[in-house]
Amino acid sequence: MPKDTGIGASTKRREDVRFLTGRGKYTDDIQLTGQAHAAFVRSQVAHGEILSIDTSDAEKMPGVLAIFTGEDFVDVGGNPAGWLINSRDGEPMKEPKRPVLAHGKVRHVGDAYAAVIAETAEQARDAAEAIAADIKELPAVTNMAQALAGAPFVHDEIATNQCFDWGWIEDNRAATDEAIRNAPHVTTLELVNNRLVPNAMEPRASTGDYDPGTGDYTLYTTSQNPHLTRLLISAFVLGIPENKLRVIAPDVGGGFGSKIYHYGEEALVLAAAKKLGRPVRWTATRSESFLTDAHGRDHVTKIELACEKDGTFIAFRTETMANVGAYLSNFSTATPTFLHGTLMAGNYTVPNVYVNVKAVFTNTAPVDAYRGAGRPEATYSIERVIDKAARELGLDPIAIRRKNFVKPDQFPFTSAAGLEYDIGNYDALMDKLEELADFGGFAERRKASEAAGKLRGLGINSYIEACGIAPSNLVGILGSRVGLYDAATVRVNATGNISVMVGAHSHGQGHETAFPQVVGEMLGIDPASVDIVHGDTSKIPFGMGSYGSRSLAVCGSAVVRATEKVIAKAKKIAAHMLEASEADVEFAEGNFTVAGTDKSVSFGEVALKAYIPHNFPLDSVEPGLEETAFYDPANFTYPAGGYACEVEVDPETGKVTVERFTACDDFGNVINPMIVSGQVHGGIGQGIGQALLENTVYDENGQLTSASYMDYAMPRADDLPFYTVDHSCVTPCTHNPLGVKGCGEAGAIGSPPAVVNAVIDALQSGGHNVTHIDMPVSPSRVWAAMNNA
Amino acid sequence: MYAFDIERPTTIADAVAALGAEDAQALGGGQTLIPTLKQRLAMPSKLVSLTAIPELKGVCVADDGALCIGGGTTHATVAAQAAAHYPALAALAGGIGDPAVRNRGTIGGSLANNDPAACYPAAALASGATIVTNARQMAADDYFQGLFTTALDEGEIITEVRFPVPDRAAYMKFQQPASRFALTGVFVAKYADGVRVAVTGASEGGVFRWTEAEAALSADFSADAVAGLSVSSNGMMGDVHGTPDYRAHLVKVMTKRAVAAA
Repeated sequence: MPKDTGIGASTKRREDVRFLTGRGKYTDDIQLTGQAHAAFVRSQVAHGEILSIDTSDAEKMPGVLAIFTGEDFVDVGGNPAGWLINSRDGEPMKEPKRPVLAHGKVRHVGDAYAAVIAETAEQARDAAEAIAADIKELPAVTNMAQALAGAPFVHDEIATNQCFDWGWIEDNRAATDEAIRNAPHVTTLELVNNRLVPNAMEPRASTGDYDPGTGDYTLYTTSQNPHLTRLLISAFVLGIPENKLRVIAPDVGGGFGSKIYHYGEEALVLAAAKKLGRPVRWTATRSESFLTDAHGRDHVTKIELACEKDGTFIAFRTETMANVGAYLSNFSTATPTFLHGTLMAGNYTVPNVYVNVKAVFTNTAPVDAYRGAGRPEATYSIERVIDKAARELGLDPIAIRRKNFVKPDQFPFTSAAGLEYDIGNYDALMDKLEELADFGGFAERRKASEAAGKLRGLGINSYIEACGIAPSNLVGILGSRVGLYDAATVRVNATGNISVMVGAHSHGQGHETAFPQVVGEMLGIDPASVDIVHGDTSKIPFGMGSYGSRSLAVCGSAVVRATEKVIAKAKKIAAHMLEASEADVEFAEGNFTVAGTDKSVSFGEVALKAYIPHNFPLDSVEPGLEETAFYDPANFTYPAGGYACEVEVDPETGKVTVERFTACDDFGNVINPMIVSGQVHGGIGQGIGQALLENTVYDENGQLTSASYMDYAMPRADDLPFYTVDHSCVTPCTHNPLGVKGCGEAGAIGSPPAVVNAVIDALQSGGHNVTHIDMPVSPSRVWAAMNNA
Repeated sequence: MYAFDIERPTTIADAVAALGAEDAQALGGGQTLIPTLKQRLAMPSKLVSLTAIPELKGVCVADDGALCIGGGTTHATVAAQAAAHYPALAALAGGIGDPAVRNRGTIGGSLANNDPAACYPAAALASGATIVTNARQMAADDYFQGLFTTALDEGEIITEVRFPVPDRAAYMKFQQPASRFALTGVFVAKYADGVRVAVTGASEGGVFRWTEAEAALSADFSADAVAGLSVSSNGMMGDVHGTPDYRAHLVKVMTKRAVAAA
């Protein structure tokens, strides 16, 4: 029987009551007395020199309160990169300044160079249009290969468009080259990991407020990590002391990575609020979201897989160009490197791996982590080239993977790309996949498709990812400029209910339901009496937010540690109440008992005593029942999975339909299976979107031609099949107290290669010698590949 | 959007009068115009809403058997009320956009806008429909004049569209993946005196008749009849969703499928 409460129960998401009834409170819902509105003036050219900005007409427009240009921010700092990457030659990466507003040059379409504050949003927009800027258009560069070839330079001061040229692991390079030279078989594949626009349902929004009476600033903003945003604004951009800046990220309608980062609009509304002494708000239009949210992916990769004729892997070698866009977004340098290169051994015992990544500035929107962040790129490269190799060698795609899997008795296993996988069982996942995906029935299904004039294909994928993005010691060695622990405070109130203040931020993940399940289980109380507080730096401990499938593994572990401290202290109080030695007091199912007696007090009674400490042993126990824990794990967690996708291809039109999709994931222990399934569903939807639909296209002039939903295809319900998802293969994480690994990104990581492998299989079954099609595998691309058009 | 005045007349005569103002713009269901205004890509001084004019709405059958649809009739109404008389047309209307679009958008608005990827122009052209305005009647063959261009004069309102009902007909739309407009859509209509084939979504010139297919299908109304034909990619649209070659190919595929479905 499934449990109906606590850890392992599919408790319905309590936050959905407000989300589904229109009672969520998002940044744009927060109305402040006296608020003014900001509108940004954005570059319409991809690259240009700002010769002059004439604001005189705009200043006279109705309702205009203030106008800012880049000139106003020359003396403040820039928005920094959070991760230092060194090139192979030891040179540190190039870090051109990213100002609040563009100054001197504009570097991508949408780059803001001025802002108007007015009484109403429409007035601000009217005045923004009245600003006369003389911008001399310069040649733009959007293609990475051209950008690396030389001028024009996105940032003249660095006189190159190469941010870094990174090798991983540089010491393994020669051995990998040698292994490939001598290998009996080498499969080569050149592929594109397509750029994606994040498209959170809620656009970015920020409201700045300043109290001249106290000197306190408040920023309401769409953030996945309010403390990090505060730190960046305080320490790097505006210099506001951290204790004078409160950042509130209320309900946030999806992030997928794009709301991890600090953006210039946040700094602008704060500076404007200070100048005007009034709240200043801004909400992005959907067009602004397309042009200025940090995009995802955008890799061009050549991968080689060297293997024996029997399919035993000898080496992976990749050369990747990673687009970072016009400026370095906060984690843009970590994503194509340590979140990508370190995973390039996959689930395999391959002895040699070498990864080269060149990060390239172009006149396009900044690119940063997007659901999966580097790991989808790694998985896609590996799993596509394995599929191609299997086909070349005449091997079964599952058999070639099984042959090379790290086996259960090999853990902990240090991969050739340098990570230590603590635990896993990839064969068990593949066994489960074979069972659930009904491979035995595939031949019949293919026959039925063929009878209907369609080609049917089956694609397999086996992924591993590194989640629980944290271990500060490790990421520090790798170049991170921040710690990546997390924190929680468990506050037991006098009447026994509990508030848990967490550093993680929930913007769709269900923390408000899942975290109480953990606390309720540990304390033997109803999870409904536990509430989660998040998103407000004045209420929560200094945590690092949510991304990288880290909330439960890192912040959840902090919740566990803080709850353990609460239990330890409650035990002292109980011992006093029971007139027993603390060593004799046992805690189970919400009651403290004295071993071998019938003496007992409930958790609730202890809580009340903690706050009404009459006759309290003050010399040994403080009143109150509240504990904080900071948790920094020993390692990443390593979720893994086996995915299978079946597609039908209409050979006349090239249209691909996903007919079946099976996902078997090992997430370690699962707190709420329903929420985990939902996360996998969403991830697969995004992955299928990337594989078949989403196409971010800049033309040679740097105009984003897919800048609206008229041309940018988002996955819709009828693009997706019913999924079979399973997370019953469990190898609990060995180093965190819950044994959990993280599930937020898996679907987006595991699905694209499964889809594309299936399309290639379908085309091959129809006699088409097509070995690769770049994503999105659109009807026109499939048709062109089939017809060599 | 920019500020504008709005009028909501209740008769065609009042609407025509209101549209006489400088920079006035008729507003049907607003499914194209409102997003355009929100993007600040149009700046009319006045919008004249056509949604409160009863004589523009409704579906009926004329004495000669033609299906008559008021210019202000929504796609949803056509989908429901034309089903018995002209199922292929009703199906086309039921496949436009999503329910919200279909409950606002109108046939007159669609034909007046003449988006090169819209569905209705294919039906009107393939049916040899008559476009009736406050001022005159036009044959569909004369009405469509290229991308977003029609024979309508400034301030002229489509009051009714008359569709001769074919013996057999079908519309096949291959959706553009993002907008779900027609990447290529083909409407085939078989009448006693011949077959008409109209193509939307494909050509740089907007909706057009594929006359070779019409001749072949008039002689033999079967999918095989067009198998030997080819469509030139000259003048076909090319964009991120499909090359001219691809669209030309789809014209034939969708035509075959429409014939099979008719």
